Amino acid sequence: MALLQLSEPGESPAPHTRRLAVGIDLGTTNSLVATVRHSLTECLPDEQGRALLPSVVRYAKGSVTVGADALAVQAQDPRNTIASVKRLMGRGLADADPAMRARFDLADAGGMVRIKTVAGEKSPVEVSAEILKVLRARAEETLDGELVGAVITVPAYFDDAQRQATKDAARVAGLNVLRLLNEPTAAAIAYGLDEGAEGVYAVFDLGGGTFDFSVLRLSKGVFEVMATSGDSALGGDDFDEALAQWLHAETRGADLDCGSHRALLAEARRVKEALTASATVTAEVPLLGGGKRDIGVSATHFHALTKPLIERCFSPVKKALRDAGLKAPDIEAVVLVGGATRMPHLRDAVQAFFGRTPHTDIDPDKVVAIGAAIQANVLAGNRRADEDWLLLDVIPLSLGLETMGGLVERIITRNSTIPVAKAQEFTTYKDGQTAMAINVVQGERDLVSECRALARFELRGIPPMAAGAARIRVTFQVDADGLLSVSAREQTSGVEASVSVKPSYGLSDDEITAMLKAGAEHATADMQERALREQQVEADRLVDATRQALAADAALLSAEERSAIDQAIDALRTLRQGEDHLAIKAGIEALSRATADFAARRMDQAIRNALTGSRIDNLPV
Amino acid sequence: MIQDYFSLFQLPERFALDLGALEGAYRHVQAQVHPDRFAHRSEVERRVAMQWATHANEAYRALRNPVERARYLLERRGTTIDAERNTGMSHAFLMQQMAWREAVEEAAGDVAALRRLEKDLLRDEGVMLDDLQHALDDASDNTQAAELVRRLMFMEKLRSEIDDAIAQLED
Repeated sequence: MALLQLSEPGESPAPHTRRLAVGIDLGTTNSLVATVRHSLTECLPDEQGRALLPSVVRYAKGSVTVGADALAVQAQDPRNTIASVKRLMGRGLADADPAMRARFDLADAGGMVRIKTVAGEKSPVEVSAEILKVLRARAEETLDGELVGAVITVPAYFDDAQRQATKDAARVAGLNVLRLLNEPTAAAIAYGLDEGAEGVYAVFDLGGGTFDFSVLRLSKGVFEVMATSGDSALGGDDFDEALAQWLHAETRGADLDCGSHRALLAEARRVKEALTASATVTAEVPLLGGGKRDIGVSATHFHALTKPLIERCFSPVKKALRDAGLKAPDIEAVVLVGGATRMPHLRDAVQAFFGRTPHTDIDPDKVVAIGAAIQANVLAGNRRADEDWLLLDVIPLSLGLETMGGLVERIITRNSTIPVAKAQEFTTYKDGQTAMAINVVQGERDLVSECRALARFELRGIPPMAAGAARIRVTFQVDADGLLSVSAREQTSGVEASVSVKPSYGLSDDEITAMLKAGAEHATADMQERALREQQVEADRLVDATRQALAADAALLSAEERSAIDQAIDALRTLRQGEDHLAIKAGIEALSRATADFAARRMDQAIRNALTGSRIDNLPV
Repeated sequence: MIQDYFSLFQLPERFALDLGALEGAYRHVQAQVHPDRFAHRSEVERRVAMQWATHANEAYRALRNPVERARYLLERRGTTIDAERNTGMSHAFLMQQMAWREAVEEAAGDVAALRRLEKDLLRDEGVMLDDLQHALDDASDNTQAAELVRRLMFMEKLRSEIDDAIAQLED
């Protein structure tokens, strides 16, 4: 934890080094990692020159395979080869995609669904973490250094549970998440900065398993999301599934086993892709018990077959336009994102709706990762002087509370600019009541049963009072990642109630710690040595920064606070002389805790000075 | 934190507002405080930035909407709107409300009629907003302003119901 660093001109606390950061598009079908190097943004390829990593993980006893090698064996080992796991992120068994339920052995684990494999039951978070680990290793090898962090993209329409699951997967993969970035917003950054565009843009993003539609206003370096909408269970996969079902019906074959079904899906995908360039394609349909049958598929027929899926896209489109207070002709440019937008009949439908040719200049498979990399570079602190832009994103779904009779009381409405907070007052209904529970749901419907249950917050430590006398102010805060947190305070006594969260679909901290431990390689002497050096450097840096802060702003501290900080500095300096990296780490944490209020006051003062114009020369940013 | 919304954006505390100036001020504030500017900094700094950015979003949201802005001004002058309990609207306005409700019922199912009604509402709201500006900025008549705010809240609610009906019909 760093204190606010105010450095005198020419007296930088650390030599200026470029901080390595990446953007990761964790896709349903494919994943990519990109970075900014020498002012160029590029997707990083693997050793064979492939940028796209198929989002497929195969579990065998004692080994895990990720990517093209896993994809190649999915028909032989379908149950242990997990594809499209993104469709299960933050989902329980009951609300898991039916196609996913047919493809894998899913198990109910109370919260988030588990996938049964030969290597044991896996959470979708762990499976996603395997994909992220491969991308992280690729980036660290290519860039030859450790990453300070990553921006990971999520569908704009992901709810809180799906976002939290994505962030947890990154943690398990050992990645520091600088920000969760909405995929269409990432695409808009890539386009907007590339073309210096101004005006109202729409991003139409049909990926492998999710559909997003966002309306943004770009002006004077500000990317402002006006509205977003979508369908987190609609994507290119569904087009494959529709074609596969038709092909299977044509063969009048018996029910397929799991492996043949996966082979059929793969064939359907090949045909779908080939149909973007040809009028007819011959499908080689695998038959149960071996053998194949050729079936001709015309583009016209495929288009008719999948028309209902295309129509499904336009209901969210209309909703977002309405929320933004716009009509189709108000949109000045439409950008297509996601591999599924290569389908000609989809392009035609978009063109017909907006009355203009959509932009496809940047590779629709790569544009999201590229935008994420640009954002990661800025967030890591590598902003160039001329790189002065700001992103204002929104929360995609309303947040509400369960009230009497299973009704929802909306507290934060969809498309509010984040970060956003709302405070609500509650009271007790029994004498001496010291705890209460609050159920938070996400969605637009009026009935709790028709929204997504997000979490149950339990408030404890309310001072005992007569019924109705306590005034408990509960604050719901949605941060810049679109994630919710809750805090509570009893107003009359000022007592802070403790809030414990039971996420309806998430993982507990203990579960994540267990996954982290399971994934950690055996610590070698080398690693011990490296950890010690790192902690020593960090300890020195923190002591220096604290001293500088004290020299500048000691007036912000009481004598007691000052002496607590001085003691923590002395304690850390003593620990730093030793060899125990864990003890040094604990000392760093203790000093960070001791200076937390001080740092917050200094930060607040710096911002206040910046806003009121009395600029100080060494202002951070 | 600079609590007061007008001070935060360095704008004069009154109802009449240049929306362009508000937008520019909002962007200037967010450019200084947004958590994206502090993503590589300590947890404490990121938290403080988030609080400021949250506050700026709330302030912008409240000042941008004229009815919300009037409510905020009245609150700062010690007058609460209390829309749920205080229904002390003039008899004439209550009659007007009933007439509008009837008109909406009659127009049900007819997009063109609903649109005409929406236009009428907007026109009346325009007149009421002018009155509101006069009550707040010139006459300092907080009681009159509060009454106008309650009326406008009714108008906005009715218009959003009409909007929903139109959207349903067009879908």
